[in-house]
Amino acid sequence: MSEIYTLHVNGRDHEVRDAWLGENLLYVLRERLGLMAAKGACEQGECGSCSVEVAGELVCACLVMAAAAIDEPIRTVEGLGDVPTDVQQAFVDTGAVQCGFCTPGLIVATHHLLDREPEPTELQIREELSGNVCRCTGYGRIIEAVQQVAVARRAATR
Amino acid sequence: MPVVVPTSLADAVAAAGAAPDALLLAGGTDLMVEINERHRDLPWNDAAVISLNRVPELCSWTFDPDDRRLRLGAGVRWAEIERDPLRAMVPALAEAARTVGSPQIRNAGTVGGNLATCSPAGDGLPVLAALGAEVHLVSVDGRRSMPIGDFMVGVKRTALQPGELIESVTVPVLDGWQGYSKVGVRNAMVIATASACVVTDPPNRSVRIALGSVGPTILRCPEAEAHVTAAADWDSAAIDDATVTEAGRLAAATSRPIDDHRSSADYRRHAIGVMVQRLIRRAFPGGAS
Repeated sequence: MSEIYTLHVNGRDHEVRDAWLGENLLYVLRERLGLMAAKGACEQGECGSCSVEVAGELVCACLVMAAAAIDEPIRTVEGLGDVPTDVQQAFVDTGAVQCGFCTPGLIVATHHLLDREPEPTELQIREELSGNVCRCTGYGRIIEAVQQVAVARRAATR
Repeated sequence: MPVVVPTSLADAVAAAGAAPDALLLAGGTDLMVEINERHRDLPWNDAAVISLNRVPELCSWTFDPDDRRLRLGAGVRWAEIERDPLRAMVPALAEAARTVGSPQIRNAGTVGGNLATCSPAGDGLPVLAALGAEVHLVSVDGRRSMPIGDFMVGVKRTALQPGELIESVTVPVLDGWQGYSKVGVRNAMVIATASACVVTDPPNRSVRIALGSVGPTILRCPEAEAHVTAAADWDSAAIDDATVTEAGRLAAATSRPIDDHRSSADYRRHAIGVMVQRLIRRAFPGGAS
């Protein structure tokens, strides 16, 4: 296929050339654009390690047909910048990162959650992050990290 | 471009008419899994895929206050159905929506995709069946509508013809109680082992019961429905224990489960009995009549 299409990732346009039509967004991000943060594990939307935002919605990149995501803003962990965000720092501080494989997806999901719900209950956190599977932490420290950011942001706005 | 991304219903219908064999892509949560696992070949011709998630007419809903019917565009996502204002209009569908996959899946997956995939385990389908939903199809040849029971033909088979799109599904907004129940190996991110929906319509003295994952498509339970309708005390919303037990027995007898990698037929039949009893009790909380 000689088609060229353009994806808008983290505020930049990326040309995708000679791609197979069925390529999912996760594959294109990693293998064609060199953006390695989103991870591939299940490729069926079960694990959440490929979580990214497309048009402001949290989705599994492995279930997005890349060629159908033209003209939509796409945000990955790389788009958060070179300096750790408060969410990334809280994950480090609380020990919410162990092997780290699930972390990029969880960071995107946590930013998405706190953008929409600045003061989530523990149940809301558990439910909103239920699509991000972590096999190391048992989730306790991840929930602690999210709560820590929520408290710090609230204190900062007072 | 082999992926067509129409931005109006007219363009989507024209694209489907021009390429009747094109794959229709909505949220991608079913289709992309098949493509990722190479269970689905992609043709290489023009318009091999028509992406439907940017068609405003499909992604919106309307409520007609005169006939109290809700029209859900096929592209309305579970994440929207799970929240108000839709939650208040179709509470059982919102409960089912909340059990679909994960937040990521609900942000992508659509009610029309659930219908088009027509899995026996589709979470929205028992609710749509219990509500007596009408499915509306559109193609270059015009529109046609049918009850959901006629739309669902078999396991992953529907009445949708090549070149046709699901435009919307309409359901009544009822005053009675309605609820959805689902059994799986865990709470989040699980495909139903068995599921059930009960809807009551007190002004019309009607109870509807529908079962998921226990037959080739969703099953309604006419015997259990008739039994509850006749035995319930509608004025006080009360029901006796014997009626509840019999409703569960009749629903379990209606189910046609199979043994597979997710569960045994026996367990599924048992679970249907338990879930229908619980739902009927919640629907008629008035105590023993």
